[in-house]
Amino acid sequence: MEIFNHNANFNFLGLRRFSIGLAALLIVASVALIGAKGFNYGQDFLGGVSVSVAFQNPVDTNDVRDALEKSGVENPLVQAVGGSREVAVRLLPKDDAKNGGAATGDEAASRVAKDVVKAIQAVRPDASMKSYSFVGPQVGEELRSDGIVAVIFVIVGIMGYLWIRFEKRFAIAALLTEIHDVLVTLGIFALTQREFDLTVLASVLAVVGYSINDKVVVFDRVRELFRSSRNATPEEVLNRSINSTLSRTIITSLFTGITMAALYFIGGPVVHNFAITMLIGILVGTLSSIFVASPILLWLGVSKQDLMPRTKEDPELARRP
Amino acid sequence: MSDFPRWKYALVVIVLLFGIVYALPNVFPPQPAVQISGNRGTTIDAALKGKVEGLLATAKVPASSIQIDDKAGRLLARFGNADAQSKASDALRVGLGDNYTVALNQASTVPAWLQSLGANSMPLGLDLQGGVHFLMEVDQNAVIDTQENRYTDDIRSMLREKKVNYDSVNRNARGQGVNVVLRTDADRQQAASLIGADYPELQIADGPSSGNRFVLNATIKPAKLREVSQGMITQNLTTLRQRVNALGVSEPLIQQQGTSQIVVELAGVQDTAEAKKIIGAVASLQYRAGLYTPQQALDAARTKNVPPDAKLYFGRDGRPYLLSKSVIATGDELVDAQSGRDPQNGTPMVSVTLNSSGARKMQEFTNNNVGKPMAVLYTTRTTETKMVDGKEVKTPKIVEEVINYANISSPFGKKFQTNGLPSDAEASELALLLRGGSFAVPIDIVGESVIGPSLGADNIDKGFKAVMLGLGLVLVAAAIYYKLFGLVADIALFFNLVLLVAVMSMIHVTLTMPGIAGIVLTLGMAIDANVLICERIREELRNGSSPLASIRTGYDKAWATILDANVTHLLAALGLMTMGSGPIKGFGVTLFIGILTSMFTSVTVTHAITALIHGGRKLKTLSV
Repeated sequence: MEIFNHNANFNFLGLRRFSIGLAALLIVASVALIGAKGFNYGQDFLGGVSVSVAFQNPVDTNDVRDALEKSGVENPLVQAVGGSREVAVRLLPKDDAKNGGAATGDEAASRVAKDVVKAIQAVRPDASMKSYSFVGPQVGEELRSDGIVAVIFVIVGIMGYLWIRFEKRFAIAALLTEIHDVLVTLGIFALTQREFDLTVLASVLAVVGYSINDKVVVFDRVRELFRSSRNATPEEVLNRSINSTLSRTIITSLFTGITMAALYFIGGPVVHNFAITMLIGILVGTLSSIFVASPILLWLGVSKQDLMPRTKEDPELARRP
Repeated sequence: MSDFPRWKYALVVIVLLFGIVYALPNVFPPQPAVQISGNRGTTIDAALKGKVEGLLATAKVPASSIQIDDKAGRLLARFGNADAQSKASDALRVGLGDNYTVALNQASTVPAWLQSLGANSMPLGLDLQGGVHFLMEVDQNAVIDTQENRYTDDIRSMLREKKVNYDSVNRNARGQGVNVVLRTDADRQQAASLIGADYPELQIADGPSSGNRFVLNATIKPAKLREVSQGMITQNLTTLRQRVNALGVSEPLIQQQGTSQIVVELAGVQDTAEAKKIIGAVASLQYRAGLYTPQQALDAARTKNVPPDAKLYFGRDGRPYLLSKSVIATGDELVDAQSGRDPQNGTPMVSVTLNSSGARKMQEFTNNNVGKPMAVLYTTRTTETKMVDGKEVKTPKIVEEVINYANISSPFGKKFQTNGLPSDAEASELALLLRGGSFAVPIDIVGESVIGPSLGADNIDKGFKAVMLGLGLVLVAAAIYYKLFGLVADIALFFNLVLLVAVMSMIHVTLTMPGIAGIVLTLGMAIDANVLICERIREELRNGSSPLASIRTGYDKAWATILDANVTHLLAALGLMTMGSGPIKGFGVTLFIGILTSMFTSVTVTHAITALIHGGRKLKTLSV
């Protein structure tokens, strides 16, 4: 079975003005979105108390919010998790001054959790506490800096490897596309204001891994075709590389997407955000492998000479018979 | 097929067998159990077993089995469900009293022959089995405060001793060290050289000088502060470990994270309030005179006839001691305790430093009591909450132990040594306890969470289903799209899961929800190598190569790509592993192992199977 016509030679590079322009626009839009709206940081980063409450019968989050506000809990964040029988209630430390400042007192945390459940039980007697957690705000600061260090480590490491195995233009093209993928994924997160927590941070790093994987496959073909072709122009080589890896790019994305969708639909609330970030990242990464990475390569002026095996460039070896 | 050597077949078979054996234990779910171990020389024997059976019968929670594990010196009672387990542990805790530690445990049901091969199931993370999690932070400011206060006292008394005239010795704002104000520049230089000689860990600098005011500033070097703060964390870890043992949790996780944090995870515990009370218990230390002979102490313990001027205490090993009712010095007066070796005879020892008030009392006492024994008494005070007739009853629980008992060899004051300890390990433990009793740095709980056992079971269930559904869908899709080669890839993918689980079990990776997400992601991406190979083979066929040549070239050409793609992916996984925090780390480890196993299964294993199917046959077409 084949979905894609193997003789296709679609001129992806012909779209480069449009595709790079669009990618640049998306980056700008994402940065603007992140700047303007910021992230809806989760408890891992902000601290505060989070209580997960289960109900025997389906519940409306608005009812829960009303019940909490009526009993004097200010600005509770109420989210439905895992269907309509479970909600997560989050209280940020700054909103919790009335309850004795949950941010500082660990003793207060369990009390706050009990208060929240009691307030809900007043309206819905079928409610019961499933779990609660409390995180101080200083933890988040450390996590954020750790996260930034990890992302930089990964990107620099990958660039170094590509520089050695390929050539510096490939490393730069990969870096630029990677920045695009991460920023656009984050931009979508800022736009939808989905909760940004530790697992999301992990999945952003996993997106980096996934999408670089995708690009390397195309780059590998570019190198191979450059070496084997005699008179083809860089544009022809790049186009042929994208076309001949196209079916693999899409099939792999589909397969990975399928598993992430399985995780999304039945993995439960804990991995919900992870799966959705991966799904977004897979889509963005696949599209940028096809439309963005190679045009950047062309734009950086990749040529056949750069990719011939190194030994021939070495004058010492070239002099030998 | 000639290009697939025999040794590679052998390798594939061996690795797959290994994978099956080491992944197998995970099929056996652990069983809720209660573990009983004895304190103070109590024995675990058939009589205890009978007593436990009786208690369980009265509480109407029959155990499915009760076994004595002679090697570990404990008794294990297994139960059908978590509910019975918690009922049983409550009943046993009350019934057996303080001489036994009753702990919740998860008993392995893995058959003995597998365990004898070292095959065990993956430990489950807190999010998969329920329990409490604390993240604690050592108060760095308190470390600086205690150190600077100590140096202020020390410098003052040293200058007085050495008869250097000074105006004042005062502590500056936190982190600014100690200011010594002297009257002449010569005094200042003398003071500087004295301080420099005695305390090389201090950085000394001249401050402003005017008229008869010459200021000398001494600050603690950052390296010393780091060392002290690490020492405090180690000490707090030890203290926490002892306290958690008192809580009776089996296999608790207590470890340092980063430079100033401690993670405590107690599986099976649901009551954070109770756990917090014990973890945050107050410990104290007292120096008391030892009275009477060991034989008299033994008699007193047997007859319960204690002389009026003494009180009966027990050591950690259960030996009785008779100590004076009055206290010589307390832990608050202890400044430092270090373990080391006696420079004269090389035996393990602990050297102790007291502050000036403690030193004065010690001097007075030892002057009059050379040759007589002195003991260190360690007290922990916790509040225990029990449910009696549906009401919470709080009772303070005090544990007193003699941690050291030795004769005074000569009078001493501020600094003294305890010699002749049996081993280095005991010396360092005593030093830790001495310090722990005096200035355990305050720990703040900066994060806590409780995960209900039902939520844990629910998470396992969902995670398992997600893995199976994801795997199933990919298996079907690959078989449809690549036909026979797809089926071969499917077999490899299945073995990838087996190998991944086997490696994770072998190196004891704790399985958590993010870890499961990592497994699912690995399964989705592992098929990529096969997609690359199959697409290459298709290309070669289209170019007119013969089937066997297509397979060979397909594998050859795809390998370079697979290697590059996977190395870059490994780098990303490495980035995740180096992140400090627990859940991300678990995910990164899973991804890292998964990439390695998938490279083996999707390239070598599929190649072996393909060679078996197609080798030695004349093929016209390939099913790809």
